[in-house]
Amino acid sequence: MILKTKLAGQVFAFNSLTDVLARANDEKSGDVLLGRAARTVTERTAAKIVISNLTLEDIYENPVLPPEKDEVSRVLKEDLSMGIYSRIKKWTVGEFRNWLLSHDTSGEDIIRVSRGIEAEAAAAVAKLMTTMDLVSAASKIVVPSTCATTIGLPGTLSFRNQPNHPADDLEGIKASLCEGLSYGAGDAILGVNPVEDTIDNTLAIMNLLYDFMEKWQIPTQNCVLAHVTTQMGAVEKGARACALFQSLAGTQLANDGFGVTAKILDEAYDCIHKLGQAPGPNLLYFETGQGSEQSIDADEGVDMVTLEARCYGFARRFKPFMLNNVSGFIGPETHYDGRQIVRATLEDHFMGKLLGIPMGMAPCYTNHTKINQDDQEMATLLAAMAGANYYMGLPVGDDVMLAYLDTSYHDDATMREVLGRTPVPEFFEWMKKMELMDEKGRLTAKAGDASIFY
Amino acid sequence: MISENEIKKYVAKILKDLAENGQAGPAGQAGQGAAAAKSAAQPAVDDGAILPDILEEDLSERIDVPNPHNLEALKAIKKITPARIGVGRAGHRYLTHTLLRFRADHAVAMDAVFTDVPDEWMAEHNLPKFQTVCENKDVFLTRPDLGRRFGPEEAAKIKALVGSNNKVVVFVADGLSTKAVTVNAIDTLKAMTDGLKSFGIPLSAPFFVKYGRVGSEDAVSEITGAEVVVCLIGERPGLVTSESMSAYICYKAYPNIPEAKRTVISNIHRGGTPAVEAGSYIADLVKLMLEKKASGLDLKL
Repeated sequence: MILKTKLAGQVFAFNSLTDVLARANDEKSGDVLLGRAARTVTERTAAKIVISNLTLEDIYENPVLPPEKDEVSRVLKEDLSMGIYSRIKKWTVGEFRNWLLSHDTSGEDIIRVSRGIEAEAAAAVAKLMTTMDLVSAASKIVVPSTCATTIGLPGTLSFRNQPNHPADDLEGIKASLCEGLSYGAGDAILGVNPVEDTIDNTLAIMNLLYDFMEKWQIPTQNCVLAHVTTQMGAVEKGARACALFQSLAGTQLANDGFGVTAKILDEAYDCIHKLGQAPGPNLLYFETGQGSEQSIDADEGVDMVTLEARCYGFARRFKPFMLNNVSGFIGPETHYDGRQIVRATLEDHFMGKLLGIPMGMAPCYTNHTKINQDDQEMATLLAAMAGANYYMGLPVGDDVMLAYLDTSYHDDATMREVLGRTPVPEFFEWMKKMELMDEKGRLTAKAGDASIFY
Repeated sequence: MISENEIKKYVAKILKDLAENGQAGPAGQAGQGAAAAKSAAQPAVDDGAILPDILEEDLSERIDVPNPHNLEALKAIKKITPARIGVGRAGHRYLTHTLLRFRADHAVAMDAVFTDVPDEWMAEHNLPKFQTVCENKDVFLTRPDLGRRFGPEEAAKIKALVGSNNKVVVFVADGLSTKAVTVNAIDTLKAMTDGLKSFGIPLSAPFFVKYGRVGSEDAVSEITGAEVVVCLIGERPGLVTSESMSAYICYKAYPNIPEAKRTVISNIHRGGTPAVEAGSYIADLVKLMLEKKASGLDLKL
């Protein structure tokens, strides 16, 4: 493994794979905060050159965190297809990038090698790519998933209806839920973040959503984003849910902070497989985001992009129905401005798809960041071109519970119309039956009126 | 094609019109007098009129859906959630009003974060100012670790002001909202001071910390030897309010103390816990902490 290069007459020597992976990142305030970012543009470029010359085997043989000490590394290692890996291990990261972008490489070709690609290798190749590279390569990769219905099919674009309420008021949740459905948001999932993480509260919201789906015969799935063990408690108590949710991180230390292990996730899968309302086989919903590990001092010296790829590698063992990324959620200490959030959005979507994850995106921001609505909308459109399976849908993008800004019910309709996509087929039929959408998937005059459900 | 003759006629007409209006070029060009700008061809400026503040409008009263299926239901659900529903649409995009209100709320939130608390405000309320090691707002926002520390000079100045071996030390920090602090901190401080006075508990001279995070109270506690430290700090603004302040109170704090050891009163603003009420509640809590010698989860409330 060569970790040194000459560039512009200077010698750049990196002291480890972890180091060169961090220095190669395009600028992010999170890497700067921890002193891991490249100190000059030339150093950043030197790091990219060094990475391009590494083989996938170099990366496999030098794990950023040892499997003996870190559960995420252990899962990544156990879950890797050694048969496929041994076929591609001599590729350099630079050759890997060329192969991904080649016209001779189809999306199916990429999926066929996906299980032989290590998470860190996915991160490494992302670091060599530009915006259009990330969009172009990802747009080939189709990763559908099935819970009660199937999302991620070509030509479709789906949305999570996120009707959060600051006091978990059931009627208040229902109000936003209806507003969103009248815009066509909710074919990915009806998913509420509760304020109060208790079994009874989770059960009440799960049943509210499921009863509503039954009453109006909406072909979709539901979920309440409490801690996974709380959700299991609710389902065991008789709550009706289709999928279980959990936030994941890229180190064991951070997952400990989230109160989650591979064992708990296996139990969660078994629980919803046995007691849930959907056939599956994809029954879990995950959320991740660049910087979540370092925000709780659990990054173990590894950069944000690499850790994010490790989340996806960890997640794929549990065959998720959806995984979405909320990289703008933390704030300026991880992503400083619009350019950094656009970059993170496209990196994450690409790395996830490459690792076989049904990726959704939540380009989002908080009010203490120099990211504005235009930046968010650019990230959203670019990720949609890259082929993101789904987005969030909130009333005017304003989450009145979590106090951050995400995509809106209006954005959902806009993306479908601008990109010529339609909802999940069954949901599309439902929208037409409700006279909310025409044959082309355009909103009708009736759409946008929550009171049709009252 | 337009003939040359037609163009000449057109140009002549324009010149004639301009001459009649007392102008030789478009309004606003250099050299034009005020009288020319007010010519009859210009729309008159109504100096007496002003557009209302769109932030004053109560969104829960506003419905923009044309011909709703059930207007009464829509009115009712607007009252049970602060979410921006019933907003209607222009094609698949927001109506102009929805967009402008969103932008206005966001603007206020951002300005609450990105502007500094004015020095005049501190002077008016007799709050000496100390600064963490953050040299500017940018550093403060991107380096949460630095917003918890003071350089040796500032530390010495804090010590000179309040001394060491204090019972209770209180200070105001800007945190993530300037507005939250300038609107609420003084009322809270006064009510808290009165409360402690009635309990006979001595309180050190209050001061202001610029570019301060919650953890700055750990450093303050260490510098001043405070038994209880109280930090009044601006919360990260949401779109619903930018005026929310929190009080973080800690018994014998030290750098890197577990967060669970802090007692927090959040949502101090006119729509949440009013500032005065929060101040007397803080005084009660401080008294209890001194008695129980604990704070946060260790303090059973």
